Amino acid sequence: MGRVRVQREPFDSGSELEGFGAGGDVGAIATFTGIVRGTGGMSRMEIEHYPGMTEAAIAKIVAEAEARWGLEDCLVIHRHGAMAPGERIMMVATASRHRAAAFEAAEYLMDYLKSRAPFWKKEFGPDGAAWVAAKDEDEDALSRW
Amino acid sequence: MLDVLYFAWVRERIGEPRERVETQAATVAELVDELRAREARYALAFADLSALRVAVDQELTEFDAPLSGVREVAFFPPMTGG
Repeated sequence: MGRVRVQREPFDSGSELEGFGAGGDVGAIATFTGIVRGTGGMSRMEIEHYPGMTEAAIAKIVAEAEARWGLEDCLVIHRHGAMAPGERIMMVATASRHRAAAFEAAEYLMDYLKSRAPFWKKEFGPDGAAWVAAKDEDEDALSRW
Repeated sequence: MLDVLYFAWVRERIGEPRERVETQAATVAELVDELRAREARYALAFADLSALRVAVDQELTEFDAPLSGVREVAFFPPMTGG
């Protein structure tokens, strides 16, 4: 039921949400969009991923969220490749009968996408390039679920 | 024969994204020991296993995972999606 897309191309959050959650017993839609920050003079970000495992890992996370919160609809789009500050990296959308489930499921999806979906970010700035290090709090965030 | 894949800085340290490896290793940890013994670039990439994660046939697992029947092993740093 949920849809997962892993792609290099930019996406338009507005058009992605057209028709999202339509037809079901939906009373709430929550969305989150992640954007490349330009902090510290960063000029671009490159995201590497593991084709095959990426799609499977996200599908598993989505299936878990759908089962746990009884979602009516769910969408995850995550880009890879090169992106400039201001560009959208990824988005999640959740549709449910009531808002608590939509919000919570979106947070769950984000927490798991951050440290269980095989993406790696590299930042290019005035001092050269550096892989973004995973944060302990990202791993800790999983324990609340 | 195994396909061994490397991502992010592990790929950069080793200098290639994937390779075919002939091995008798019974576990991921034994495979790591074999790779480390090959050349300095492998020893450098695998210097600190706490900084690495491993997937076996595209499922996240631990370093003591068995390799019997496995086709693909991937090494990478902790993921930074989202």
